[in-house]
Amino acid sequence: MTALLQLKNVSRNFGGLAALSEVSFDVHPGEILGLIGPNGAGKTTLVNLVTGVYRPSSGQIIFEDKPINRLKSYAIARMGIARTFQVMQPFPEMTVVDNVAAGALFATGASTLEEAKELAQVHLEYVDLKKFANTPAASLTLPNRKRLELAKSLAMNPKLLLLDEVMAGINSVEIDQSLGLIKSLVEKGITILLIEHIMKVVMSVCSRVVVLHHGSLICEGQPNYVTSDPQVIKAYLGSKFAARQNRVSHEQ
Amino acid sequence: MKTKLVGLFVIVLLLLIPIISNNYVIRLATMMLMYSVFAMSWNFIGGMAGYPSFATASFFGLGAYAGALCQVNGVPMFLAWVIGGLVSAVFAWVLGLAILHLKGHYFAIASLIVAEVLREVINSATGITGGGMGLNIPVLRMGVDAQARLFYFSMFVIALVTLAVSAYVSGRPLGFGLKCIKQNEDAAGMTGINTTIYKTTAFTLSAVFTGGAGAFYASWVNYIDPEDVFEILISIKPIVMVLMCGAGALVGPVIGAGLFLFLEELVWRNFLTFHVGMLGLMVVFLVIFLPTGLLSVDYRKFLKKVVR
Repeated sequence: MTALLQLKNVSRNFGGLAALSEVSFDVHPGEILGLIGPNGAGKTTLVNLVTGVYRPSSGQIIFEDKPINRLKSYAIARMGIARTFQVMQPFPEMTVVDNVAAGALFATGASTLEEAKELAQVHLEYVDLKKFANTPAASLTLPNRKRLELAKSLAMNPKLLLLDEVMAGINSVEIDQSLGLIKSLVEKGITILLIEHIMKVVMSVCSRVVVLHHGSLICEGQPNYVTSDPQVIKAYLGSKFAARQNRVSHEQ
Repeated sequence: MKTKLVGLFVIVLLLLIPIISNNYVIRLATMMLMYSVFAMSWNFIGGMAGYPSFATASFFGLGAYAGALCQVNGVPMFLAWVIGGLVSAVFAWVLGLAILHLKGHYFAIASLIVAEVLREVINSATGITGGGMGLNIPVLRMGVDAQARLFYFSMFVIALVTLAVSAYVSGRPLGFGLKCIKQNEDAAGMTGINTTIYKTTAFTLSAVFTGGAGAFYASWVNYIDPEDVFEILISIKPIVMVLMCGAGALVGPVIGAGLFLFLEELVWRNFLTFHVGMLGLMVVFLVIFLPTGLLSVDYRKFLKKVVR
């Protein structure tokens, strides 16, 4: 199986600080790959490198067999990589439907503004935001803004979707709804790189997990394998989590 | 429907001006239309894309000199105006690629000094431009009244074209993309908008009509010099006009231009020695008390309060 996205020895320095060093992994088509790690591990930097906000200091990023590390973000977006933001970044004074239409218009090339707005309505329906279509994006509540981010990304018709902490700050009922949404995206044929702190989410939807710590990849594999890795437990999960995991697996 | 009627009324009124009034009013009206071209042009980059450009004077002066030099060398007047616009547009495209990656204050300062640089260049190129002595443009062989009307109607057409292009752009992907860039440029890039090209296009659009108006101005007043056409106030006025009516709106710049000219005449007449200072005070007043523009004021509420 050829990888959809490949990172080869990717490093990024900010001044003297190595935010990412020599990170390599593949994202396979059709999977949900979890990306976890403590705060400051370099997860968002990695997303910024893939989407062209920053350029890698060294190493290569390959999407569908084409190197993308020298491309600008709009070109990468048009190739089929979309992202949501950890800190919500809608176009605040524009209406919800216009936000989504922007994705449809500029990335997938809906040829007219009208066509893009029609497409936007479909995506808003999908994330259940249709009733807010004509309100300004800034007036939405946090969970709804996250849905808007998702709708905007979906409107770009992506092959690869980078979800940067879409679950943070929403309650457990909403998390369950979002889980269903994410699973349905994979059925649509979208590959997902999921950055998440909530382990319940990671364990239940990811087929594989990679772990970052201090900018380096410290572990890669099945969720169960990763969560029992002593290095990962030490760096991120903590011994309490490990004990609980153990209890659960013993009970089973 | 209502706005269309108002628009039609204004156009008819503007067309009637040369018939019903004297040359002084015609001159003022021509000036107002030229100001509205500045304001609408600035609106492309400043209002739609949110980039605080102070480059209006550079585009105006460059267009004026390009047009004037053409006319001095025998190019017909109308063609000279088109050339003036195109020269400014090409200049803006190149300049935009160079400085539009700057943001906020940095962009404002970079765009501000361009006019100073151009002024110095033209000042020192005495052989071609006449330097500080200025440039005389051939006078039209027609009566004063006819000339005033000819220039008035020409400016009317330029303003109308600028308005039409503004309306066209604001309803197209270009205008939509610029709106996205204004709100959040990084997110706009990641939505698939080629921000560099979009911004540069907006900058170029803001130059082409300003440059054309510059060439027009040279023919109109028959004499230009660097101090006159690269004056910093030319960069500042359109910003004030647009701010008076709220940035980004379509007809806002036109109304703002009319209002500004009215105030300018008023201030000029009553505070001859302190008129620039008065304008400065007006800008401060606007920014502090009406940051979203005069059009955002709820007039009915205001009137009710006054009546009580």
